[in-house]
Amino acid sequence: MEATKPKQETITLIVTRQDDPSSAPYEETFKVPYRENMNVISALMEIRRNPVNADGKDTTPIYWDMNCLEEVCGACSMVINGTPRQSCAALIDKLEQPIRLEPMSTFPIIRDLAVDRSQMFDSLKKVKAWVPIDGTYDLGPGPRMPEKKRQWAYELSKCMTCGVCLEACPNVNDKSDFIGPAPISQVRLFNAHPTGSMNKGERLEALMGEGGIGSCGNSQNCVQVCPKGIPLTTSIAEMNRATNIQSFKNFFGSDSNY
Amino acid sequence: MNENREFFYRRLHSLLGVLPIGIFLIQHLVINHFAAYGSGSFNTAASFMHNLPFRFVLEWVVIYIPILYHAILGVYIVLTGKNNTRRYGYFRNLMFLLQRITGIVTLIFIAWHVYQTRVATIFTQETIDFDFMEAILTQPFFFWFYLIGVISTTFHFANGLWSFLVTWGITVSPRSQRIATYATLLVFLGVTYLGVRSLLAFGMGV
Ligand code: HEM
Ligand code: SF4
Ligand code: FES
Repeated sequence: MEATKPKQETITLIVTRQDDPSSAPYEETFKVPYRENMNVISALMEIRRNPVNADGKDTTPIYWDMNCLEEVCGACSMVINGTPRQSCAALIDKLEQPIRLEPMSTFPIIRDLAVDRSQMFDSLKKVKAWVPIDGTYDLGPGPRMPEKKRQWAYELSKCMTCGVCLEACPNVNDKSDFIGPAPISQVRLFNAHPTGSMNKGERLEALMGEGGIGSCGNSQNCVQVCPKGIPLTTSIAEMNRATNIQSFKNFFGSDSNY
Repeated sequence: MNENREFFYRRLHSLLGVLPIGIFLIQHLVINHFAAYGSGSFNTAASFMHNLPFRFVLEWVVIYIPILYHAILGVYIVLTGKNNTRRYGYFRNLMFLLQRITGIVTLIFIAWHVYQTRVATIFTQETIDFDFMEAILTQPFFFWFYLIGVISTTFHFANGLWSFLVTWGITVSPRSQRIATYATLLVFLGVTYLGVRSLLAFGMGV
């Protein structure tokens, strides 16, 4: 470990930049003084403090998105040395140099490293990834959830809509309207909830809509890249089974196919 | 179903890949394998299939229409994907890419194969028997063309069987999906053996 970490004066970052959503991307190299325990965000902050590129020319500060700084909000996702991940959790000491930063290309680029992930939030709305309990009167307490199941569901609930799984999916791109792995797994989460399951048919119907689960081609990249270790391909296979049963019920079954 | 058209089309595509197309593929290669027992055996088996009642209806319903549907939607699926194995070189992603490459190769192969054995022979009035296939497959070019075409088809079928099991929610757990990988590998080896063995019988006389 120590041997692979030579003392260094500066770190080099090559950043893919873009001035606005429609302009052409370009690369810019930066040299930043090394400090111990830096992460990609603190390196970007250093550039913001002193926006001069490696050629010594003044430039605009790099624009990126962040919020929690502890890998739970997903806002700071970008492609770091070819891997989509959270920049707040990417330690400089563990990265090969020069460090290449690119925006996640699956999403519309706002500017530099900041992307617009609204399509993911729209998908969550489409599949109704919530438990509806609002009403005009108090519905009282819901059914209890077994502790074992709660622990299992907690793992699925860790999804932070970061977009890394969509970035890695070959079927999520500008030629397809596939919603991607994350919202499919969220349907599994909310359909497993004792109260949420009262609306499970609606969510399955949404998954069977345009750009839904039918567009999955089983490349299984998603489960490899998810920073939260969510079993996405197990979720997809289980929702495959559930949507198939739902569609059989719709066609052959009775009228109680909620 | 009106609203879930895309879902229905994709599920139908998946189903047809195995049933009837995959079943037909196995049957076709088993019949061809009679070539390994000599030209007499092959001719008897082939003429039995050829003289099945309602052959015309069977061929269109079991073979041509399903393959045409699967192939057309398959090309569309290939075109709407963006392969990324250079960045994500995982095993399943490579299989995903190979499924698409073998789909296209298989399409070219089947189109030629059907033209050569079914369409051209309408005009030449040739009978499709052992000697007919031998005349084609003793030409080195066609031997290799058929060899690549057959292996591409059997790979596409076996790997397709793996994703069929996921698409239909049969293999859900990672463990069952892993075991299915080995099982479909055996399917690939078995079906490929049938196909290649018959090519050797026609092309090399062994
Ligand atoms: C003998 C011919 C063929 C057989 C036996 C066959 C069989 C299969 C099977 C079993 C699947 C798996 C379905 C699933 O994922 O659930 C499949 C998928 C696929 N096939 Fe074929 N197929 C054949 C020809 C073709 C052709 C000519 C094409 C055209 C390019 C094609 C393109 C595809 C594609 C793109 C998939 C992946 C679908 C997806 O992942 O969503 N296939 N095939
Ligand atoms: S499933 Fe994982 S990779 Fe996908 S958005 Fe959620 S946390 Fe990110
Ligand atoms: S800032 Fe929230 S995940 Fe990085």
